[in-house]
Amino acid sequence: MTQTASTTGQAQALNEVALAGQERREQWTLLGLSTPAILVIAIVVLVPVGWLFYLSFVGSDGEFSLEHYKKMIEYKSYARVFMTTFQVSLLTTLICILLGYPLAYFLAHLPGRWTGLFMLAVLLPFWTSLLVRTYAWLVLLQRKGLLNDLAMQIGLWDSPIKLVHNMTGTLIGMAHIMLPFLVLPLYGAMKKIEPDMMHAASNLGASPIRSFWNVYFPLSVSGLVAGALIVFVLCLGFYVTPAVLGGGRVVMVATQITAILEYRFDWGAASALGVVLLIATIGVLYLAGRFFKFDSALFGKG
Amino acid sequence: MDNTTALPISIRSLTKKYGDLFALKAVDLEIRSGEFLTLLGPSGSGKTTLLMAIAGFNHPDSGSIRFGDAEMVLTPPHKRDVGMVFQSYALFPHMSVAENVGFPLKLRGMAVTERKARVEEALDTVQLSGLGKRGIDQLSGGQRQRVALARAFVFRPRILLMDEPLSALDKKLREQMQIELKHIHRQLGVTTVYVTHDQREALTMSDRIAVINHGELAQVDTPEAIYNKPANEFVADFIGESTMLQLTQDSAGRLTFGDSVVASEAPDPSHKDWSLVIRPERLRVLAKDASAGDRHVIFSGTVTDAVFQGETAFALVKLTGGSTLVVRFGTGAVSEGSRLEAGQSVSVGLIRDDLILIPSDSAQ
Repeated sequence: MTQTASTTGQAQALNEVALAGQERREQWTLLGLSTPAILVIAIVVLVPVGWLFYLSFVGSDGEFSLEHYKKMIEYKSYARVFMTTFQVSLLTTLICILLGYPLAYFLAHLPGRWTGLFMLAVLLPFWTSLLVRTYAWLVLLQRKGLLNDLAMQIGLWDSPIKLVHNMTGTLIGMAHIMLPFLVLPLYGAMKKIEPDMMHAASNLGASPIRSFWNVYFPLSVSGLVAGALIVFVLCLGFYVTPAVLGGGRVVMVATQITAILEYRFDWGAASALGVVLLIATIGVLYLAGRFFKFDSALFGKG
Repeated sequence: MDNTTALPISIRSLTKKYGDLFALKAVDLEIRSGEFLTLLGPSGSGKTTLLMAIAGFNHPDSGSIRFGDAEMVLTPPHKRDVGMVFQSYALFPHMSVAENVGFPLKLRGMAVTERKARVEEALDTVQLSGLGKRGIDQLSGGQRQRVALARAFVFRPRILLMDEPLSALDKKLREQMQIELKHIHRQLGVTTVYVTHDQREALTMSDRIAVINHGELAQVDTPEAIYNKPANEFVADFIGESTMLQLTQDSAGRLTFGDSVVASEAPDPSHKDWSLVIRPERLRVLAKDASAGDRHVIFSGTVTDAVFQGETAFALVKLTGGSTLVVRFGTGAVSEGSRLEAGQSVSVGLIRDDLILIPSDSAQ
């Protein structure tokens, strides 16, 4: 390059224009390749969401109005629905963390040939229909279900306990369905922790418990947060399981939307609920994102 | 605890099997207080297994490991109080440099101010003063190596273990760190066990080298002795370059190779088969008509290759008997080998004082 520049005395370096042109063409090609995906997202996500957004501002008289949003503030029942939604989501996430962390740890520390088998056990329910799994829980948990029968036979309790059509049943079912979403990213993060890390901690004088809390847990926390976030956000909009196992007593936003549409055929009110839920979800993700950035600055690339 | 800065390590009949394979076969090794001992061997020789057993990361099947007078074989790693530098460094990415180095002190309940001073002192020793606040991902490979080292000795262990700590560094930095590690060892005075597969590194750094092969110690001695008086063919072959010539014993008891009489008698009359170990740099290119004198054992042959390598060069000389000798020489203007060319016939001589004779185990 220096040679050309000095002999011709011009600012233009050898092949500079041609190389820049080639790079531009490559970028356009990449953009072209991603166009179908962008179009699909635009059509199946942005357009319907935009439509709902529009509907939520149309009053019963067909004019622009804020009546749906006003109702949501005025009527206590709406607040209750949102409370229930967040409560169920939070509790499900907590249960998933309590069950999922030891499970992921166990999976990450299995000898290689067993990992596949146990991973299959985690993933198998993942591949069966959501509805089938939910009704399976109904069969297991109902008054004359397997669990009650068994418990009464071995004398754990005398009369059937109400395990379903309430919060308990909803949480059991949802935790079961959400568990893989927590376990998989967590397992990934744990697999990335070198065994030498734990050796180093113990070599430096940390007891197994301190090694875990001071080294292992902080290194796995990125996977835990990712998994918990997926579970929480999925729970916020969950419909089937709370509808079936909650038996009408656990009313979450998605269930409420269905009810409004089924009984009142009120698109505006349903849309407004959907919009608020969407904004709440985005808010959660945003906050988590902020926390997480703060987190990774604190914990490095763990 | 007493005030000494170093502890001897005494290993007795330490055995470790993986399935049917012996990783360690009744190893006996006395490591002296304060010495720098290197475990040297090819991969899979058991050197890392031995180091991990000293650190407590694997359970031997039988045997004893003592630090000073204390039996350690049943002690869990976090109570052994030995420092260790890992091959991967194993620095904690979620802690800063100072937090990494301070971690063992924190675990020992040291007060914050004293801890800070000790961390700074340790970072100073490894020439990283002022970098305490950095994150691990902001450091170069060489700097990480130094942090790992500082973390391993900051709590003043009396035994320091290192598992190929320099293998991830480039050649120049590695050679610089070898010398630096030696300095730090001298400064700390701590008993150091170092694992490497790099014989040059072992020769450079060690007070003594334990050559290990197939889970057994092949030889334990100073670098000079390991190089000049290898105890067996494995050590002779593994350490340094060498050509091994199978000698025959004639009726007069002399050891000969072809027409050359190498030695007038075997070093140990009870053993029949001997090999001559020839180090390439101990050979001299002689005048073509040189005759067998008292000073040299003479080999003659034809140069097949002459290779220039910078500070040294070597020539491959095919002997009339079929064996090939490597002759290494300096590349200075007066070097006797600098005019060698392929196809040339030469005589090379080996000074009799430099002879290395080892019992040959070719019978196996």
